[in-house]
Amino acid sequence: MQIDIFLQSIVTLANAAFLTIALTVPSLVIGFVISVPLAFMRASDSRYLSSAILAYTYVVRGTPLLVQLFLIYYGLGQIDVIRHSPLWVLLRDPFWCALLAFSLNSAAYTTELFRGAIQAVPRGLVEAAEAVGMSRLQQARLITFPIAFRAALPSYTNEVIGLLKASSLASTVTLLEITGVARRLVSETFAPYEIFLAAGVIYLALTYLVTSVFRLLERHLAGAEPKVARETAMLSLRRISP
Amino acid sequence: MTPSDLDRPGCDDVAALRVEGLEKSFGNYPVLRGVTLTAHRHEVIGILGSSGSGKSTLLRCLNLLELPNRGRMWVLGERLKLREAVNGRGGAILDRRQIQRVRASLGMVFQSFNLWPHRTILENVAEGPTHVLRQSRREAIGVAEHYLAQVGLADRRHHYPHHLSGGQQQRAGIARALAMEPAVLLFDEPTSALDPELTGEVLKVIRSLAEEGRTMLLVTHELAFAREVSTRAAFMHDGKIEEEGPSRQLFLEPASERLRRFLQSHY
Repeated sequence: MQIDIFLQSIVTLANAAFLTIALTVPSLVIGFVISVPLAFMRASDSRYLSSAILAYTYVVRGTPLLVQLFLIYYGLGQIDVIRHSPLWVLLRDPFWCALLAFSLNSAAYTTELFRGAIQAVPRGLVEAAEAVGMSRLQQARLITFPIAFRAALPSYTNEVIGLLKASSLASTVTLLEITGVARRLVSETFAPYEIFLAAGVIYLALTYLVTSVFRLLERHLAGAEPKVARETAMLSLRRISP
Repeated sequence: MTPSDLDRPGCDDVAALRVEGLEKSFGNYPVLRGVTLTAHRHEVIGILGSSGSGKSTLLRCLNLLELPNRGRMWVLGERLKLREAVNGRGGAILDRRQIQRVRASLGMVFQSFNLWPHRTILENVAEGPTHVLRQSRREAIGVAEHYLAQVGLADRRHHYPHHLSGGQQQRAGIARALAMEPAVLLFDEPTSALDPELTGEVLKVIRSLAEEGRTMLLVTHELAFAREVSTRAAFMHDGKIEEEGPSRQLFLEPASERLRRFLQSHY
């Protein structure tokens, strides 16, 4: 292995990581925003509402992301209505196509994830919210979702990591994110070993960042431990100092 | 109408809570078969009966956690807008806002506490006043601290529910109900999920509320306690109120053979 090629690729690929992040983070945010209402609809007692959402999640989760990306990137351009619509400005750009595909994909997985967590919230906790006279929206916003989200957080971290890595598929529609740049470097230098190893290291670093952030978030949301621990610590301090 | 309206003269005849001909079935199994009950102001009504007699379902119907199939209900003289069940189509709430408003005036204390685990005790109690009664944050915290002090949990207010004992959790549950300044308090077997040595502290709080003259409906297996705090008692059997009357009379001179046997075996 040639160390200098490896180190040089690390620097080049670290720059490409910005595009990976620019694809992943907005997709996650959009996916999250879409998935919360969808998850409540999916968990609702109305069978029509629930199965309409199931149709969406079933199709998206049942087909490869690469196929979805190709359908959007190559497929949408075949439809005249879209070619002549103002949306075409965005949809002929591979970045927006990838963002759309990733967002819809992430929304589907996150919807099912949150749906399970919402249904697992103990009935009595929701009844307690009903009993104080909260509206349905208040019940969802103040009680059901915060409890469900805390329970779903470890699995949601998985979804975030999954999408981060799946964003490498954007290289197939000409985008020069980490994998795209790596492939180009390989074709220029014929040193696939060093370069893909460097790409792997960058992904690993990003994943480490994600898991650290979510571990902090988990600890923060669990709340109980730090808050009480702090109080007990203060109490024992008081006990020490006269 | 708010609870304070009731204290105006001329309003004496308005019952805090009244149900007529309440019926409820789960599937084809009837749980309530026509219950009529009135709770006047300052009354403490003990609801007795063996398991499966429908007493918990009755309580849950009163604040619409269960939808009755049939029957009329009034809270502070206001008739609740409900649709009766017809031909397999279940009953329904016709005016959700009215029900939310009414629920806010009926404090519910659950058998399994049902404190929200992601909120501290203080936040649990302040949540209703903040979001339902729309009090300012400062005001709601003040109310919450007041009632937490009343149930003896002032020093635990920043703890999360799972750091408290069952008895403490139930007292917090009572404070959460009180913070809404309800016209009627509904207790659904408040000590059934507690270890015997923890029931005392909860019963003490409930007793002090009875002494304050609060209107309460109390479903309980603690017959001695029910006899002590309730002004009236109702004995339920098979989805109906079998016997009802002043608490003393019901316990000392039960009219029905069934109540006599129930008291002999449980009390």
